[in-house]
Amino acid sequence: MTDHAVSTDDRSELELLSFRVGEQEYSVDIMSVREIRGWTRATPLPHSEPYVRGVINLRGAVLPIIDLSCRLGIGATETTERNVIIVVQMEGQSIGLLVDAVSDILSIPRSELQAPPDILSDAAHSFVRALTVVEGRMLRILDLHSVYPQREGNAA
Amino acid sequence: MSDPMAEIRASFFIECEELLEALQDGLAAMDGGDTDAETINICFRAVHSMKGGAGAFGLEALVRFAHRYETVMDEIRAGRLAPDRDAMMLFFRAADVLSDIVRASRDGEHIDEAEVESVLGQLEALAGGAPEEDEEEVADFQPMGLAIDLDSTPEAPTDEPWTIRFVPHAELFSSGNEPQHLLRALAALGEAQIVCRQDDLPPLDGLDPEAPYLAWEISLDTDKGEAEIREVFDFVDGICTLEVSGGPRGPELPPLPDLSDLPGTIDDASAPAGPAAAPPGPDGTARRITLSEPAGDTAGDEPAPADPLQTPGGKAPEPAGSPAAPPTGSAAPGDRADGSGAGGGAGGGEARQAQAAAQTKPTVRVDLERVDRLVNLVGELVINQAMLSQSVQEAGIPSNSPVSQGLEEFMQLTRDIQDSVMMIRAQPVKSLFQRMSRIVREASAAVDKRVRLKTEGEATEVDKTVIERLADPLTHMIRNAVDHGLESGEKRRAAGKPEEGVVTLTAAHRSGRVVIEVADDGGGINRPRVRQIAEEKGLVPEGLSMTDSEIDNLLFMPGFSTASQISDLSGRGVGMDVVRSSIQELGGRITIASEPGVGTTFSISLPLTLAVLDGMVVRAGGETLVVPLGAIVETLSLADEEIRSIGPGRNVLHIRDAFVPLLDLAVELDYRGPLESYDGSVVLLIQQEDGARAALVVDSIEEQRQVVIKGLQDSYGHVPGIAAATILGDGQIALILDPVDLMSNVAGRSRGAVPSLDLAG
Repeated sequence: MTDHAVSTDDRSELELLSFRVGEQEYSVDIMSVREIRGWTRATPLPHSEPYVRGVINLRGAVLPIIDLSCRLGIGATETTERNVIIVVQMEGQSIGLLVDAVSDILSIPRSELQAPPDILSDAAHSFVRALTVVEGRMLRILDLHSVYPQREGNAA
Repeated sequence: MSDPMAEIRASFFIECEELLEALQDGLAAMDGGDTDAETINICFRAVHSMKGGAGAFGLEALVRFAHRYETVMDEIRAGRLAPDRDAMMLFFRAADVLSDIVRASRDGEHIDEAEVESVLGQLEALAGGAPEEDEEEVADFQPMGLAIDLDSTPEAPTDEPWTIRFVPHAELFSSGNEPQHLLRALAALGEAQIVCRQDDLPPLDGLDPEAPYLAWEISLDTDKGEAEIREVFDFVDGICTLEVSGGPRGPELPPLPDLSDLPGTIDDASAPAGPAAAPPGPDGTARRITLSEPAGDTAGDEPAPADPLQTPGGKAPEPAGSPAAPPTGSAAPGDRADGSGAGGGAGGGEARQAQAAAQTKPTVRVDLERVDRLVNLVGELVINQAMLSQSVQEAGIPSNSPVSQGLEEFMQLTRDIQDSVMMIRAQPVKSLFQRMSRIVREASAAVDKRVRLKTEGEATEVDKTVIERLADPLTHMIRNAVDHGLESGEKRRAAGKPEEGVVTLTAAHRSGRVVIEVADDGGGINRPRVRQIAEEKGLVPEGLSMTDSEIDNLLFMPGFSTASQISDLSGRGVGMDVVRSSIQELGGRITIASEPGVGTTFSISLPLTLAVLDGMVVRAGGETLVVPLGAIVETLSLADEEIRSIGPGRNVLHIRDAFVPLLDLAVELDYRGPLESYDGSVVLLIQQEDGARAALVVDSIEEQRQVVIKGLQDSYGHVPGIAAATILGDGQIALILDPVDLMSNVAGRSRGAVPSLDLAG
């Protein structure tokens, strides 16, 4: 989709939805966000990865929920009513991202995006597509591709 | 919408599919020894109708092939050729080629000329005649030209003229036919003198504008035979009185008797209008839903050829309006083209459909998307109704109150609606089976074995999606049966079997599922060989003790192929493992039964529909799950003394002198650890098709209800032991258990050393 290139000479702006995961601030391209909804209990899927929280009913559709904090290696989220599910869509497939809170909508010039430094030991490294600085804070732009669960069904 | 021709063309191809099916049916009936005139006629008409339509669309390859095919078939129809085995094989092959050409024409693909020519050559050899060249004429036809115009160009008149008396019935007009086209087609056969008889015409004030009064007498000077003359009237067979007399070998025949009771359900049937009353153009044709109700289809599809106001002009004896208009001799191509506008062609189409549908029930063609939308909506309705019931229950309304009783009725209705909607999607497996007969023919030719396909239960109805997705695995299984299952002719003779092998394809409904079986009467699975290969390929450790059924199931292992040489047919690297996984994706399972020297049977068991399921709602480890009702044999409550331990963490249930593995559902699904004691637990006894049983421990049984299946595949992927998900009355998602998958996973784990042997599915 829009994720393919982070070019520094592009003057156009990227609109991002930023949210909090644990103590860290992340964001996704707002074009991939379908809706934001409150936390409802998910039905756990047996034998799934720990970061797959289960599935919820999104108006008749089955929506898998990814615990983003767990996925990013920050630790499983203790869910309360204040947690938020961001429904994102990529390549026709929807998933819900469980986050702590949604913070803001930001317009960032593409020229201010930086590729993440190549630190192999960083577990969350591959999940971050780019970095930028907003009001002195570091904002991570999530790479949705890598967040998506591996499709077991396709391999079998 | 934008291009009416494209839509007409599309509906022509849909019609072709139906005609091909009718042709296959007819051929199969003939092959089965049913060679009466009507069966042969059905085949002939199917080919002829395709030829006609194809001519209208300028599909030359199709016309050319269909024409020669039809010519040979006519030989059989006329009794000059016996439909022996070789002829039938050729006819089948020709039908296959014909369907290839239809498909190639539809998709604009390349036609395999060599194959076409070879079959054409054989057809001609069979007919024993020189190839006819006249069919090339069709190219310059306008689209929508009437089919029957195409047959031949006028030739030098010989012998004495034929006398043809043609009296249209009211149905002829109400089904959108047009005498003028017939007369022109007739005139194209030779020198025609056409006289319109108005003897029956009442005075104007006594005239019923919708009743036919006109008759035509034609004196036709042609070298064509009676059959060709009658062929012109093929589409109006039974809805007119036709007498053909005179001619070179002119015994007078009685009027064609059959089909005369075609239901004429339309009141606005046209008057016996002459050519002045040409029907409106193609935009008058509604094509979204094609009613193929015999004759009645004109109501929806096309205005009747004339409205009463035009009738006087039509019946007036002026030469211009009279059907005698084509003066003498042949009708020029241009003449034919403008006369037979869109309406004429469509009329021919309706007649064709009416013929095809004459013996079947009225049907409606609907866009599949609409049906799917309806299915989805009904699914939502079911969920909604469940939520409503739950709220009513929670509100503490007594069950004898009008609200509860009304709700009860509502539930019943919902269920009925759901069943009916599901029936819309259901289709007989016949079309699938017909495709398989082609596979058998091709496969048997490729390996040079004589094979006959027997089919049973063709009328069994299955969800359309299931049918579509079953085609590939079934093709593979049929090929396997022909290639590996059946022995060679010599071996069969040596074993005292008839040389011709039989592959039997059956479909049947069995306890809420559809069971499709592919059986061959071959040598059965060579188990030592299978085992040896599996060991050679390192699929199983050597010397492992295996039961017969475990050895049979080795066939489903990836990378397994018994044929030591890769034959022409199978062995393309796609094995039974792929067949099994595609069946499993449909929620089905496949089992093998084989007896040495007698044959092998593969059984596929499939759910009737992919949309709803009767399930038992249970709780396990704090989660709600749905167990398909079909899998549950009985439910019971456990007593400690019934449980026997057979190893660390392995228990069996002792029930009526049998031992059944005991599985704690919550443990299997990783919801919690094993319990200290299972005393008093609720147990579901589940059983697979092959009889393997297991006892599932659950916390409690909630209720029994119908659930709407929501696939997990698309949104998440395959979850072991889980078939799908559903939405319960409280809006929560519950997972639907796949007991067989669960059992086979457990079986695999329990053996530990050979995890790849979990093949019981």
